Amino acid sequence: MCTTCGCSTGQTRINGKTIQSLHLEKPIQFRPLRHSNTRDHTPSLPIKNNCASETLASGAGITTAHAPGMSQARMIKIERDILERNNQYANENRRFLSKQNILALNLLSSPGSGKTTLLVNTIQILRNKLPITVIEGDQQTDHDAARIRETGISATQINTGKGCHLDAFMVQQAMQQISPQQNSLLFIENVGNLVCPSNFDLGEAYKIVILSVTEGEDKPLKYPDMFHAADLMLLNKCDLLPYLSFDVDLAIEYAHHIHPGLPVIQISAMQGSGMQVWIDWIEANRLALPSTVQYKT
Amino acid sequence: MHELSLAENLLQIIEETATEHQLTKVKTVWLEIGKLACVEQGSLRFYFDVITQDSIARQAKLEIIEIAGQAVCTQCSRSSLIASYYEACSHCGSYNTLKVTQGREMKIKELEAE
Ligand SMILES: Nc1nc2c(ncn2[C@@H]2O[C@H](COP(=O)(O)OP(=O)(O)OP(=O)(O)O)[C@@H](O)[C@H]2O)c(=O)[nH]1
Ligand SMILES: [Mg+2]
Ligand SMILES: [Zn+2]
Ligand SMILES: [Zn+2]
Repeated sequence: MCTTCGCSTGQTRINGKTIQSLHLEKPIQFRPLRHSNTRDHTPSLPIKNNCASETLASGAGITTAHAPGMSQARMIKIERDILERNNQYANENRRFLSKQNILALNLLSSPGSGKTTLLVNTIQILRNKLPITVIEGDQQTDHDAARIRETGISATQINTGKGCHLDAFMVQQAMQQISPQQNSLLFIENVGNLVCPSNFDLGEAYKIVILSVTEGEDKPLKYPDMFHAADLMLLNKCDLLPYLSFDVDLAIEYAHHIHPGLPVIQISAMQGSGMQVWIDWIEANRLALPSTVQYKT
Repeated sequence: MHELSLAENLLQIIEETATEHQLTKVKTVWLEIGKLACVEQGSLRFYFDVITQDSIARQAKLEIIEIAGQAVCTQCSRSSLIASYYEACSHCGSYNTLKVTQGREMKIKELEAE
């Protein structure tokens, strides 16, 4: 689509196969930046336009100071969200997922915080209890999907090329390939990036941000959008705390400055501490899905 | 980098509007971007220029209207203007009580076109 960053047609791949991009027909060519002089025209406050008609006469727009001299120019009201297209796909995904009673979790973190390790170990615990599928997002390689497949679970790898996040269209394509079963659990491991994946709704039930203790306490303050958008924070690699000066309480306090009440679970994805609390969280949220059928026993 | 995605989505909406209204040239595009939205304006302008160069919006000017951040305090129920998520209530001074009500918008509002 490109709702993918940096990706011109042909750069997004699912399981190595190129997928069609939504918008760009031609590759992007870079050229020198044109000098922008628009700042002078930007009004400092939004001015509401009460005109009911869709097409407005020239000069009746948001800023009359910028009325054009050209006679044919006219103002056209639009009022659309820039990410509307992504959000439409996300809504379709969400509708499908809720109809199928699938709990979809979008895992977000900076590179290397332990998303795949967490998934592998979560799958080990839950694999005999319910069907699980995984969508893996990375710029390149299918290493992570391969790590998941080693557990015997099916995984689809999306490679975003230069893109730095997954979007709802890619996830829809991936879901069509992997066909998650009814009443299953779908994990979506987003591209390792604490910035823009938070902007792209994928249709998931919850966004889970993973912060590892080697990254510093201040990450919630530095990347507030991510922590504001998250529904749960997992503080990972807690097994390393004895060797670090990481202040757990401070990290949680910072997270709560950005997102009051954000639930936090301290875990070691590698050594297993806290994992039961995380599993209970998943279980509670699966039970909250409206369905008659729950865990297979 | 997601400013490139935003620019692409923007162009797509512009092209749909151009078809619908039979436009031949887009001269100005007005956006509303909230102060808390994760958008770097310089970067958005850069990618908009790149992405529109062979389109109906070639040479179109991007006018960005900033929408202030606003939040309501769950402690004292009053609303404050905020510049970031990390702020105390300007009335009662509480931390961790603000719920954002405005400032995350990323909207295309209007076109000036022929
Ligand atoms: N000590 C310790 N190491 C961990 C833990 N979880 C993950 N790691 C290590 O951290 C490194 C990165 O883990 P991954 O699971 O690949 O991280 P990721 O978030 O999936 O990384 P990307 O997909 O590349 O963004 C690996 O060397 C893991 O062994 C943990 O709980 N404790
Ligand atoms: Mg990974
Ligand atoms: Zn991105
Ligand atoms: Zn207050």
